[in-house]
Amino acid sequence: MNPLNHLHRRTFLSTSSLGIGSAVLASFLEPSKVRGDDVTADAAEQWRGVVDPLHHAAKAKRVIHLCMAGGPSHLETFDHKPKLAEMNGQPMPESFTKGKPIAQLQGRQLKCMGPQHPFRQWGESGQSIAEIFPEIGSVADDICIVNSLKTEAINHDPAHTYMNTGSLISGRPSMGSWLQYGLGSESRDLPGFVVLTSIGRFGQSQPIAARQWSAGFLPSRFQGVEFRSKGDPVLYVGNPPGVSRDSQKQVVDAVGRLNGLRNEVVDDPEIGTRIAAYEKAFRMQAALPELMNVAGETKETLELYGTQGGDGSFASNCLLSRRLLERGVRFVQLYHRGWDHHGGVKRNTEGTAGEVDRACAALIKDLKQRDMLKDTLVVWGGEFGRTPMAQGNGRDHHIQGFSCWMAGGGIKGGVTHGATDELGYDAVENVMHVNDLHATILHLLGIDHERLTYRFQGRDFRLTDIAGEVVKPILA
Amino acid sequence: MTRPCSPAVLALLLLGSTVARADDRVDFNRDVRPLLSDTCFHCHGPDDKTREAELRLDEKESLFADRGGYAAVVPKKPEASEIVKRLTTDDPELQMPPAGFKKSLSPEQVDVVRRWIEQGADWKGHWAYVPPSNPAPPTVQDAHGFVRSEIDRFVYARLLEKGLVPSPEADKVTLARRLSFDLRGLPPTVEEVDAFLADESPDAYEKLVDRFLASDHFGERMAVDWLDLVRYADSIGYHSDNPRDVWLYRDYVIRSFNENKPFDEFTIEQLAGDLLPNATRSQRIASGYNRLLQTTQEGGAQAKEYTAKYTADRVRNVSSVWLGSTMGCSECHDHKFDPFTAADFYAMGAFFADVQETPVGRQGPTMLPTTEQQAELDRFDGERRRLQTVLDTQTPELDAELAEWESSPEARFDPWTTTRPREVVASEGVSTEELVDGFVGVEVRSPEADEAAPRTTTFTVASHLAGVTALRLEVLPNDEPAGVFEVTEISVQQGGKPVKPRATASHADGGHDVGKAFDGNVGTSWSLKSNPAKPSEAVLELPAPVAVSPDQPVTVTVKWAGDWSGRVRLAATAQKKPVNVGNDGRPPIDVRTIVATPPEARTDADRKRLAAYFRGFAPSLDPVRGELAKVNKQKADYVKTVPVSLVTTAVRPRTVRVLPRGNWLDDSGPVVDPAVPEFLGRLEVDGRATRLDLARWIVDENNPLTARVVVNRLWKQCFGRGLTALEDFGSQGEWPTHPELLDWLAVDLVRHDWDVKRTLKSIVMSGAYRQSSVADDELRSKDPYNKWLARQSRYRVPAELVRDNALAVSGLLNPTIGGPSVKPYQPTGYWKHLNFPKRTWSHDANENQYRRGLYTFWQRSFLHPSLLAFDAPSREECVVQRPRSNNPLQALVLLNDPTYVEASRAFAERIVDQGGESDESRLRFAFRTTLLRQPSDRELSVLSDLLKEQLTTYQADEAAAKAFLSVGQRPLPENANAAELAAWTAVARTLLNLHETITRS
Repeated sequence: MNPLNHLHRRTFLSTSSLGIGSAVLASFLEPSKVRGDDVTADAAEQWRGVVDPLHHAAKAKRVIHLCMAGGPSHLETFDHKPKLAEMNGQPMPESFTKGKPIAQLQGRQLKCMGPQHPFRQWGESGQSIAEIFPEIGSVADDICIVNSLKTEAINHDPAHTYMNTGSLISGRPSMGSWLQYGLGSESRDLPGFVVLTSIGRFGQSQPIAARQWSAGFLPSRFQGVEFRSKGDPVLYVGNPPGVSRDSQKQVVDAVGRLNGLRNEVVDDPEIGTRIAAYEKAFRMQAALPELMNVAGETKETLELYGTQGGDGSFASNCLLSRRLLERGVRFVQLYHRGWDHHGGVKRNTEGTAGEVDRACAALIKDLKQRDMLKDTLVVWGGEFGRTPMAQGNGRDHHIQGFSCWMAGGGIKGGVTHGATDELGYDAVENVMHVNDLHATILHLLGIDHERLTYRFQGRDFRLTDIAGEVVKPILA
Repeated sequence: MTRPCSPAVLALLLLGSTVARADDRVDFNRDVRPLLSDTCFHCHGPDDKTREAELRLDEKESLFADRGGYAAVVPKKPEASEIVKRLTTDDPELQMPPAGFKKSLSPEQVDVVRRWIEQGADWKGHWAYVPPSNPAPPTVQDAHGFVRSEIDRFVYARLLEKGLVPSPEADKVTLARRLSFDLRGLPPTVEEVDAFLADESPDAYEKLVDRFLASDHFGERMAVDWLDLVRYADSIGYHSDNPRDVWLYRDYVIRSFNENKPFDEFTIEQLAGDLLPNATRSQRIASGYNRLLQTTQEGGAQAKEYTAKYTADRVRNVSSVWLGSTMGCSECHDHKFDPFTAADFYAMGAFFADVQETPVGRQGPTMLPTTEQQAELDRFDGERRRLQTVLDTQTPELDAELAEWESSPEARFDPWTTTRPREVVASEGVSTEELVDGFVGVEVRSPEADEAAPRTTTFTVASHLAGVTALRLEVLPNDEPAGVFEVTEISVQQGGKPVKPRATASHADGGHDVGKAFDGNVGTSWSLKSNPAKPSEAVLELPAPVAVSPDQPVTVTVKWAGDWSGRVRLAATAQKKPVNVGNDGRPPIDVRTIVATPPEARTDADRKRLAAYFRGFAPSLDPVRGELAKVNKQKADYVKTVPVSLVTTAVRPRTVRVLPRGNWLDDSGPVVDPAVPEFLGRLEVDGRATRLDLARWIVDENNPLTARVVVNRLWKQCFGRGLTALEDFGSQGEWPTHPELLDWLAVDLVRHDWDVKRTLKSIVMSGAYRQSSVADDELRSKDPYNKWLARQSRYRVPAELVRDNALAVSGLLNPTIGGPSVKPYQPTGYWKHLNFPKRTWSHDANENQYRRGLYTFWQRSFLHPSLLAFDAPSREECVVQRPRSNNPLQALVLLNDPTYVEASRAFAERIVDQGGESDESRLRFAFRTTLLRQPSDRELSVLSDLLKEQLTTYQADEAAAKAFLSVGQRPLPENANAAELAAWTAVARTLLNLHETITRS
């Protein structure tokens, strides 16, 4: 087969030859990029990624991003600030806050509020974690806590956009889409980038826009696909009523045959891709019920996560995530929408922690016992943290310093990286910007963040925009 | 680092790319500038922050300047040119680009630079920044019967140069379908195709073109692309992504294209319609362009930050839409590749500093009545003025009445003091959030796990008032759907002991008075179903005045019944009992002061104020007030029928500063006035330049960019790609494939008064347009992206057209043009992530269900999934060219979205009805209706086999057949044979799923 046919098959990419880097072209032209010896239409449909070979050896093959939407307070979770407790009720020194952006506390008197939950040391590493996370505490030796994150946006929507795309401007690809584009998917039957969401009972549910898993200017095939707990797990994956699987197959086969007949006349490589897309859609229809059905999970596993599955809860989604990762999905993003605690931060962090603690730890234990943790990167965190200053009995949005943790593929466990100042306001030690987090994640996956680019509007865009450094000290 | 580049890749890059062949003369703009731009401009380009060695390779002077005995470029002397030395040396100290820089030039590329210098280093300004020349179409010897117009002469000359042969003209069916999709966004009908096939006159094709250009669907097709550019949507975008009304703008766009409004006028009306003298309704609606950007209503967002965001958004958009330029790059620094400075960016933003808007919050829409509606509104207003005059006129009778009232003064001030809760505790199922002004946001949700668990909220309040006699509970529902405010019990406690208040409330449903919340019976409740959207309040009079100091706080516990979201607030009073809702009032303080002043000591102003206050409730005026209330109500009801939209209103311009590195917190940058990018010229205006000046500059015949940008997009509409990169006319863009043709089209457009239909007609009349799109392997390998146009292009139609086509083929299409956006079927729960407030999508249960795709309610954060799957953009930012993907989600949409299932069934009814009696005649009818061509025997046999299989299946399972036919709102025809119709529905579904069905070729 003429390799250029194969190239032409990809007209979904920018149709400008200048718009495609040579690396992309190479992946079109080398048969090794596609599964199997024979370059079939099916193989053509299977995107193998533009980073091939990898820029360096990968430590992680897949990622699960536990998105704590709303902005968990670092001060009640992973960043212990005894000094803040001492200052409880006293005015926040202006030296900390002057000239810094502020959200709902604009124009209010700023007073310190001490940590609302006790901390203790966990595991052999003695990592300091709030007691409201006993289960995450039990895997303290496996996780790396980062207490020096900084971001750029102080309102939820742009902050999420920044955490996911590295940009405040809408329309840029999300991290999962970049990974799809860069590495492709290993699953023949499932999308490579899956999004799951759950809500909490403590605090108002954050709106989450589909922009957060959008492919932006990348082709839409790289966008995240949301799996739902009610209705069809993937939009339109269920047959219409009265259409059996056999009946659907007859239709899909007829569509394929007719497309094939047309192709004999017009010889259009897009038709091959279309035929493959229908085949994959049909396989997905079969694969999903099997995926969603957790009946085959052991009692111990269900107990570990604390779920019976299928209810859309965070725990159920964690279990589902593991099943997705096992089946070759590259990037799973799991939202818990209940972390915006402007009021009642004590009760609400405890409540929300209770909703995620066991399942997060279960995920780590479960991946470990399946020998998958070594090449699965787990990232836990919100779009920003919360103010050391009180907002009533809650805390406001805060971007100068906050926490996240990572575990698994290539991450050093049992360490805490970076620190905020004594009041938990500003990240001062080993500051890690969101761009650095992205650079590090890409690095673990074998990608040089400066070399995974896409030409758009005359510029080579990347996830880390114009910044980002790999944070070496946290690498195993 | 050089990326590994296989020989095959290199061959491809060499083939028809920017690298000039050895026997060619090197053209600076085509061959050299792109190399320098991509590799060198970062350090030797427009941005002086990153510029090294005072060297600019984008400017002629700097390039040739004598640098003390040497120069970057010495014409005809490559060896003497520093640039060549630096590009070829092995010395790591001197080598360019420096080691470690992420880009480099290949030896072939360096050779291009060398040969350019050898040939004399002829320098030219960037092609897109110099006005288009008016090249004469080349003279060609047409050996292929290809040339029909001037356009073809340009195309043909290039084909000969490239050694390519044009394709034959496409068959008439393909032509009709192509033309109809390109100009109307709909397939032609079988009748239209038949008429075209039968018309053997020489101008048959032209008649078809004229017919489609004259169709009212033309404007709809044009709007699909335009709305992407200007980011038209029905919701605000950020965070809560609330709905907004701007569909009048969308209809303006459709109408303008249909009326063939000259593009310069179209431009001016959008950017500055409001500034035109005696702006018409339509021009004001057009000015809504300036309001189409994403906005926020997120609490805690800072006005200053969002004002900066909106400014940047507008600059990005106006520069993309009209100038094809990426000015957005200059928000933080001077552009790296093009001569846009950061100052240019903010000066452009300053044009929009007069746009009235709410930086954070709801954007107030403007009522836009039609002439008839305005007359009716004027009538109401006349009547209101008449009544108001009566109410405003003091008479001797009123003086007497006032004197009487004064003798029994009821001076009063607001006796309520807001108490901000010291603590709010909510049970499971209730979430709360403290808001400003003592309000607490409450969201009560249905219990998920434990039905019996009570949902409660407890507020702990204190007050500095001595002797609190009553508490007041204000209830403000959120925007609908807030749910139902219903509480079974409200208990008040102090020091752990219950306090039993006497309650009165402003509103309550029948049988659910506020007393039911204090009767100790959770089976009864106080509810506000009949007053769901407005504030209500309850006053809780305490049995005896008590101190409610911080150490003796009172708790108020609310037990919820309904699902509700809204805000509540508590206040305390020390006013004497009895304290009831509605009679806690006294006159305002200024009135009480006047009343307390002896009449002789009062000023005129005092007397007027007092009389005015009194007239507000004077009993003798009650009938007039009643009448006025009635007219007001009538007007309010009428107003609801008047459309609204966001339009531009000019106010005093905000100060715009250059924001250093785009940082909105930094006020150290200089203040800028509106100005166009400096390198493109300057506006000769007195005083501050306006949006109108900007708009006129954009469409000035001397503007080098606008007309080229416009014709390039029209070209794309007809060939699937532009003559140059659509989104970037800067130095990182593409050297045009046909630069002379691009210029010729641009000049032609401007000379003919920006007549868009005329340009489109000249393109679709060309031989180039009419070619077949079938390409053999050889042609495809010579020109994989069809840059040289030896064939037409074939591609999947845009998302909206995928839908429109299915509806048209099935016969369901409702061709109504314009009006509020509509809601087709959408999976339940798709909007579940929206909040503040929560929303549910209810699809239109009427003929609006079958409207064209462009009328779909455009929710930015959750665009309709069927449109999204086919690459429709969320319209958060300007989209110049949608990606065109081909993926499994599209298959799922076409197979399973109820829209397509119902369309299949409606189509099946049509087939059974109109397709004749035999299976074969029906199959032929179905095939032809869908694809407009005749099926081959093999195609027929695939469908025939499917029909038989499906018929067998559904005859054996009539319940399944009925279930299948139940999809959608359309009623089943009476006496339908379910199995037969289901089988035909499967056939129809197959046809609607074909690649060819959604492809324009």
